[in-house]
Amino acid sequence: MSVDTPTQPSATGDNARPAGPRAASLRRRRTRPARRRRFSRKTYVGFGLLAFFILMAIFGPIAAPYDPSAAVGPSLVGPSSAHLLGTTQNSQDVLSQLLVGARTTLLVGFLAGLIATALSIVFGVTAGYLGGWGDESLSLVANLFLVIPALPLLIVLTSYLPGAGPLTTAVVISATGWAWGARVLRAQTLSIRNRDYIVAAKISGERTWRIVLFEILPNEAAVVASSFLFTVLFAILTQVALDFLGLVNVSGSWTWGTMLYWAQNDQALSVGAWWWFVPPGLAVALVGTGLALANFGLDELIDPRLRSAGLTRRSDAKLVRQGFTVVHRRPDAAATAHAPTGGGFTEVRLRANGNGRSEPVAATIGGAPEADAHLASQAADSAEVDTQAGAGNPTGVRADAVPQRQRDDAASEGRLG
Amino acid sequence: MRYLLRRLAFYIVTAWAALTINFALPRLIPGNAVQAALDKFQGQFSPGVEKALALQFGTNTKASLLTQYWHYWSQLFQGNLGVSTSEYPTHVSTIISKALPWTIALVGISSVISFTLGTLLGILIAWRRGGRLDALLPISTFLSAVPYFWLGLILVTVFGVSLHWLPFFQGYGQGVTLGLNWAFIGSAIAHGVLPAITIILSSIAGWMVGMRNMMVTTLSEDYVMVAQAKGLSDRRVMFTYAARNAILPNLAGFALQLGFVVAGSLLTEIIFSYPGIGVTLLNAVTSKDYPLMQGIFLVITLVVLVANFAADLLYVLLDPRTRQEA
Repeated sequence: MSVDTPTQPSATGDNARPAGPRAASLRRRRTRPARRRRFSRKTYVGFGLLAFFILMAIFGPIAAPYDPSAAVGPSLVGPSSAHLLGTTQNSQDVLSQLLVGARTTLLVGFLAGLIATALSIVFGVTAGYLGGWGDESLSLVANLFLVIPALPLLIVLTSYLPGAGPLTTAVVISATGWAWGARVLRAQTLSIRNRDYIVAAKISGERTWRIVLFEILPNEAAVVASSFLFTVLFAILTQVALDFLGLVNVSGSWTWGTMLYWAQNDQALSVGAWWWFVPPGLAVALVGTGLALANFGLDELIDPRLRSAGLTRRSDAKLVRQGFTVVHRRPDAAATAHAPTGGGFTEVRLRANGNGRSEPVAATIGGAPEADAHLASQAADSAEVDTQAGAGNPTGVRADAVPQRQRDDAASEGRLG
Repeated sequence: MRYLLRRLAFYIVTAWAALTINFALPRLIPGNAVQAALDKFQGQFSPGVEKALALQFGTNTKASLLTQYWHYWSQLFQGNLGVSTSEYPTHVSTIISKALPWTIALVGISSVISFTLGTLLGILIAWRRGGRLDALLPISTFLSAVPYFWLGLILVTVFGVSLHWLPFFQGYGQGVTLGLNWAFIGSAIAHGVLPAITIILSSIAGWMVGMRNMMVTTLSEDYVMVAQAKGLSDRRVMFTYAARNAILPNLAGFALQLGFVVAGSLLTEIIFSYPGIGVTLLNAVTSKDYPLMQGIFLVITLVVLVANFAADLLYVLLDPRTRQEA
């Protein structure tokens, strides 16, 4: 919420749209010059890492200098010019194994992530929005997949299905990995469902599918993205774990997991062959880091409040955490964001639970002259500060009855700003 | 109260369904791996045990599915999980009750530490956004992406094999008697440090980043501004107003995350040869001990359900809206 222009909502009850200063401030915000840097540096690092490993997955098998299964040199030697990452006990080239293994590892991860995220959106958002018995039955399904711990289930499943291929692995992993995302999305949908702008959309007659797709889902984009990230991460880690335990066909296909399996099996640890077991684990960790950092970037793009780039000034950071959007005016370069108190205007959403219905009411504190503050009697009886935790103390906050139009503005600003 | 009863009923239904799936699994998978595994032990079991196993897995039996199902449940309520085939004639419940305390202690303690520490760090990072603590974010990101067992391997290499700082093999030292004596407790704690660090390091980032993101969103809410405008102390605003609301998604995630932590700890245990459920499960799988596998499944499932309910209790305590909606 911008506070660079102190405004005073009229409390007299007329229906005129709040004029002048507020509108001007909105306009100024729109014409403000674009940010110089859209993303923070870590976002670029994340996308860079991802791009690097995706290229590795595509071209790795072609670029591999040796056949990963063939004995091509001396046994157990460290990095050299002939073998950049050294060799295994069976004289295989570690670098070639790493390059060839990238494809299967990433393919399984992304495939499982895509399937699982699609499932979690369908189940989670539907459950959260429907409520009632629809919610109960869908949540039951999600919970079933949740309470059956994924890794033991996968371990047992693979013990039933000897020699499962990468595709089977991806499908099985996604079948066990979607429930968490669904649960998070359901919770998010539940909290969004009763928000004022959704209520407004319902009252104005928007169709259900439109509300779900255009009002709710975009506000959950960050959650969906992070759910996708964590599912891909989960899938890669799970697959590596299964391979490491030797529960899949370890001798045929090269993945980072089977590399670790052979390293562990051939005592790479005790002979100190770090070049053998460090690279595959590090590669997994770096792919995960790339996914997570890219996800931060997505978050920041979707929700500007999460941006910490450019918040170099301490005063700015302080203001931002108090909920202000800091606007630096062009002519004078100094920070001119106004102090939050002392004549400033602050809006509070109050919730009047008159007939069990919540209704947004705007209130002014701080700068409001005593005479202006009058409480609509109905709201006053049941008005509570909507701290959502019940921790708020209503005393000291004066509520004003404000025209409907202005209430909507206040509500949408407070929620979406 | 009504809300909690509803949740309880819900968990009972979920438990029933999960256990039924547990029952159906060996019967649904094609190829009959169970039959093959049991055939290897032909003649080694007493006739009673053989009949019980046949009923438990639906192999070699003419009993109807309903009879098998009834048998499954009556055995469960008697606490009888069958007989282990690899460690015949030990009961599955005996093996699990020996392994479970180790896992629960290890996972429980390290999860609580990880959750508390991660949440507090998340609050602080969000509060001092743009400050020096932000540097923790990329580091934690890296740590959360590291495979549990690989981190375990590295820790073993550095602190166990190279530096000899900490023991890294099994749950307690040799020559220490199991029981409530200081030598055992000290040895168990020393042996638990490296596995616990592995689990904490791998799981802390999730709590931290999740809490930080929720906190950032919550801090920009109007009521936080009101609280500051009223002149409340920073601490009160940070914990009572912002964190109390921001922690809800993290808390909802706690019980669920526990499932992942259990999975991760299974792998960690295998690296450290820790005498918990993870090693037992791996042994059961490699020796095709299906009764033991099913028993471990069941126990982990029930523990995760109980943890879910506990998180619901806390949720109700923290969020009055759940009490209203009921």
